Amino acid sequence: MRALRAMTWVELKLFVREPLTVLFVLVLPLVMLYVLNGVFGSQPDPSVWEGLPPIDFYTSAYVALAAATAGVLALPVHLAGYREQGVLRRFRASAVRPATLVGAHMAVTVLIATVGAVLLTIMSVAVYDAALPQDWGGVIAGFLLTAVAFAALGALLGFLLPTARAAQGLGVLLFFLFLMLGGAGPPTEVLPDALARTSELVPVTHAAELLRGPWTGTGWDETALLFIVTLLAVSVALTAWQLRRDGRT
Amino acid sequence: MAAVVEVSGLRKQYGRTVAVADVSFEVEAGEIFGLLGPNGSGKTTTVECLQGLRRADAGRLRVLRLDPASEAMKLRRLVGSQLQDSALPDRLRVGEALELFATISPGGPPWRQLLQEWGLADQRDTAFANLSGGQRQRLFVALALVSNPRLVVLDEMTTGLDPAARRVAWDLVSAVRDRGATVVLVTHFMDEAQRLCDRLAVLSRGSVLAKGTAAELIAAHQSETVVRFTAPPDVDLSYLSALADVRHIERDGDQTTVRGGGPLLARVAHALVERGIEPADLAAHTPTLEDAYLSLTGDPNPDGTS
Ligand SMILES: Nc1ncnc2c1ncn2[C@@H]1O[C@H](COP(=O)(O)OP(=O)(O)O)[C@@H](O)[C@H]1O
Ligand SMILES: [Mg+2]
Repeated sequence: MRALRAMTWVELKLFVREPLTVLFVLVLPLVMLYVLNGVFGSQPDPSVWEGLPPIDFYTSAYVALAAATAGVLALPVHLAGYREQGVLRRFRASAVRPATLVGAHMAVTVLIATVGAVLLTIMSVAVYDAALPQDWGGVIAGFLLTAVAFAALGALLGFLLPTARAAQGLGVLLFFLFLMLGGAGPPTEVLPDALARTSELVPVTHAAELLRGPWTGTGWDETALLFIVTLLAVSVALTAWQLRRDGRT
Repeated sequence: MAAVVEVSGLRKQYGRTVAVADVSFEVEAGEIFGLLGPNGSGKTTTVECLQGLRRADAGRLRVLRLDPASEAMKLRRLVGSQLQDSALPDRLRVGEALELFATISPGGPPWRQLLQEWGLADQRDTAFANLSGGQRQRLFVALALVSNPRLVVLDEMTTGLDPAARRVAWDLVSAVRDRGATVVLVTHFMDEAQRLCDRLAVLSRGSVLAKGTAAELIAAHQSETVVRFTAPPDVDLSYLSALADVRHIERDGDQTTVRGGGPLLARVAHALVERGIEPADLAAHTPTLEDAYLSLTGDPNPDGTS
């Protein structure tokens, strides 16, 4: 526990020292939201965005995207780099369990994602007049589940990918996929059929759906909940399996 | 008292590469034990198995009475180590690293004291990525000592240090031992091994070629003494070959080299002085660990950098 706390504190400091990552995770979603709001205005259109005012649709999409970005863009690069450079070995030799290291990284990721989500919400509500959540508890629970699930996915990628460079490449690819097809870009209703179906496979789509329910007061979307819980369970299981394999060399 | 480290019949393969074929040795409490050998001889693999960082394919290992394979976590808390290929996060600062490891493995001297002892006080706020090779090395040794470990494993500790820093490091390793820790020192520097190690094992291609104190290894594997002096080329020195234990005489211009055993210097000096020759530079080169090592491994380039 003491080790986990100390590692988390150090990892948080290290994260903040990387301006580019901070920019990507915290600032870029704000800029995107600003641009989209300029493009789509504030009038609801019954044919798209599930009939919601665009800002209400996009706020939940971007909050979900903040969690996903923190998970897949920063965390895998850090963990793969640690393994590649021998940082993991250094910690292992000092009796730090890899699980502790992963835990610290996930805690930092969830924290950063939360900061991003709060910034986005403040901007949406204060500047663009978005609606506040109907069900605060539901939104917070849904968000934490989402953030932990994406952090777990990031940890898995960090242990599967051989180098920091590979992790960086895949991270950026996933980021754009999430951005374009996860509901944070063009509304799915206007996407061609094939792309719309693909977007059903993108986790951010479901994460946004998961948040949108309690946010707008329409209740939980069970498909979305199942999807995110499955993402979390599979990521954790595969990471644990990979760590076990690593420990037996 | 049981040995701190017991290794017998250790074997480890990476795929089809046999890194360690058959290694056995024991390290007694309070000694500095050296593992000496050319690059690729299996030193690092051996010490990684000792710390439970790798799993041995065969052999019996006991470190501080623990089995590194099944009790790795418990063991790692008792062992301080400086690994050969390891790193810290690029942006982690020296002071933060020491503080972090002191929190993770408490029980040692205050980390600020280690910062001083290892000459890192000025680098306290320097990021790991900006440290020189020597500074990194010193930081790793300081990290190895942060938990006041009973066993310290140092793998190529002085590689990358300049000569002055190496000497400082040697004194500190002696100090670590004097405080009661046992040290396993992996090195390919002969002078370092001869100066620091109470006993050592010479490895080659994953097997132990010889074990013992430096003096024992020298006596067993390199008994030849060499005496050199200058004398005018036209002076007759043939009587030297009649001296007891002289095996070989070589003259190159005014340089004369006599090889042999026994008290060679005294005998040569006596014979020369009797005939009125008193060379000012008469000197004996007594065999060193390096000579013994070369005759053992047949490797003239222990760095393997050729
Ligand atoms: N992780 C690894 N995978 C494959 N081969 C390795 C690995 N580590 C070391 N080896 C090989 O094992 C042999 C012994 O290496 P090592 O234990 O590092 O020796 P030393 O420390 O004496 O230089 C070398 O031939 C090396 O190439
Ligand atoms: Mg080595």
